[in-house]
Amino acid sequence: MQDPTSQLNSLYQQVILDHYRHPRNKERLENGTVEVHMRNPACGDEIKLQLRIEDEIIVDLGFTGEGCSISQASASMMTTLLKGRHVDEALSLTGRFTSMMHGDEAAARDKELKDLRALEGVSKFPIRIKCALLGFDALQEAVKRTREDEA
Amino acid sequence: MTAPGPSAQTPALPVLDVERIREDFPILSQQVNDHPLAYLDNAATSQKPVQVLDALNAYYRRDNANVHRGLHELSRRATDGYEGARTAVADWIGAASPVEIVWTRGTTEAINLVAASWGGANLREGDEILLSEMEHHSNLVPWQLVAQRKGARLRYLELDDEGRLDLEPLPEILAGGRVRIAAITHVSNALGTINPVRELADRLHEAEALLLVDGAQGAAHHPVDVGELGVDFYAFSGHKMCGPTGIGVLWGRERLLEEMPPYQGGGEMIHTVERDFSTWAALPHKFEAGTPNIAGAIAMHAAVEYLRAVGPAEILAHEQMLVGYALERLGTLPNLRLFGPTSPEERAGVVSFAVDGVHPHDVATVLDSEGVAIRAGHHCAQLVMERLGVPATARASFYLYNTAEEIDRLVRGLGTVDSIFGEG
Repeated sequence: MQDPTSQLNSLYQQVILDHYRHPRNKERLENGTVEVHMRNPACGDEIKLQLRIEDEIIVDLGFTGEGCSISQASASMMTTLLKGRHVDEALSLTGRFTSMMHGDEAAARDKELKDLRALEGVSKFPIRIKCALLGFDALQEAVKRTREDEA
Repeated sequence: MTAPGPSAQTPALPVLDVERIREDFPILSQQVNDHPLAYLDNAATSQKPVQVLDALNAYYRRDNANVHRGLHELSRRATDGYEGARTAVADWIGAASPVEIVWTRGTTEAINLVAASWGGANLREGDEILLSEMEHHSNLVPWQLVAQRKGARLRYLELDDEGRLDLEPLPEILAGGRVRIAAITHVSNALGTINPVRELADRLHEAEALLLVDGAQGAAHHPVDVGELGVDFYAFSGHKMCGPTGIGVLWGRERLLEEMPPYQGGGEMIHTVERDFSTWAALPHKFEAGTPNIAGAIAMHAAVEYLRAVGPAEILAHEQMLVGYALERLGTLPNLRLFGPTSPEERAGVVSFAVDGVHPHDVATVLDSEGVAIRAGHHCAQLVMERLGVPATARASFYLYNTAEEIDRLVRGLGTVDSIFGEG
């Protein structure tokens, strides 16, 4: 088991702090096709995620929100990863990221997750996992709503 | 500033023998993340001394039975313990009689009881309930529920910039003649502000309105005499005052409790039961449906005895000393904002703060990695957060067993926060 200081260092890697201080795509997407507001009532973290989905492709996405470094950095990384992806691909990446959060080491070696891999250290802090998943929860809800509307 | 020892800045006369007190709390002498635990989350719940743990253990090992009904020795002992605890608590808060003490699950249930029972029977359409922006959700939501049901309206006292109640609009609010009851906290869980309860009680009574006081942070940290406070209802929890979770108290004036309808129906609270109606047991059992938390009440008795022996005034003085020390140390840190009254005499042992550019959750995680336990979040007081203009704060809260050295460790931990999150 890692000592607490190195666990802390792996939690707050530079790439995470960079996304926290300079979030990507953190502005409201005005021409989105779906918007989801996700809130963690236990801690008050919140994210509003807008997606523009055309023919099952995430053409563009943006978010606004307030919360801890983990929730905001994770959402920022998610938006850079998913832009231009097919919805099914986005859901698959969400599944792999979720597995990584729950300690799946194979998922943590998945280079496809790009910057999000830096969040692997969160899996050692169980109470923070929900912070890292907040943006992805919003994404899943947005896809669900889009598909319901089309059905 | 180099980290001073506790004696460098704290008042010369220690009010409590903290080292001795800490021996009573086995949970405190453990390592958390390779550091000694500094438990600074007492506003959420306090730790329990061995005296309380022993009372729980002894009850279940020796005396456990149901109360008020068994015609046997164990039931007699359980009943004696349960009712003896009621008498002790009545005495502790200066109640006129033990029948004014109703056992509940905690402060929240006590407030819900009054809102539903008194509010249900007495509130009419257009009546007003006076709350404040400082209230914990447990002293807001029960009133929202009854207000919606009865067509009553909620009014709010606002906070000034130091997080005190702004009483200036009070005469105008009361002059409307529609306020029937006010529900105000004794001590703010988010800011530590101690409210002028006596003054509020007098002014509400002049306007023929009642005052319920949320004492969740009051009874634990402040000497309480309900007669001197002049209030009508006082609600508090065992777990914040060295007792177990799941036990709390509603104190109410006997005449008011007498007139109120039952809150829940069941065994224990009835006198006679017919097919279509029942009659109620006398106070306080009218409000205690079902088998109560007997062990909880007995352990709360032990907690009361413990706090009485240490001395509630001494505990408050100790907390105010720690708050003064914390405000002084934290006040020297750059990029840190403190909330709540600036003078320690106006507050109990709570210090809320924000570090610029760092979310309170991240502050809490870093501190936890050094064994320092604080709370981060909205503290179930979203109206306070709105007023402060922040989504959340970090909160350190103290109790009789905390030391100035633990505050030094809090300050050192905030240095780590800065080294991780500080730009450049």
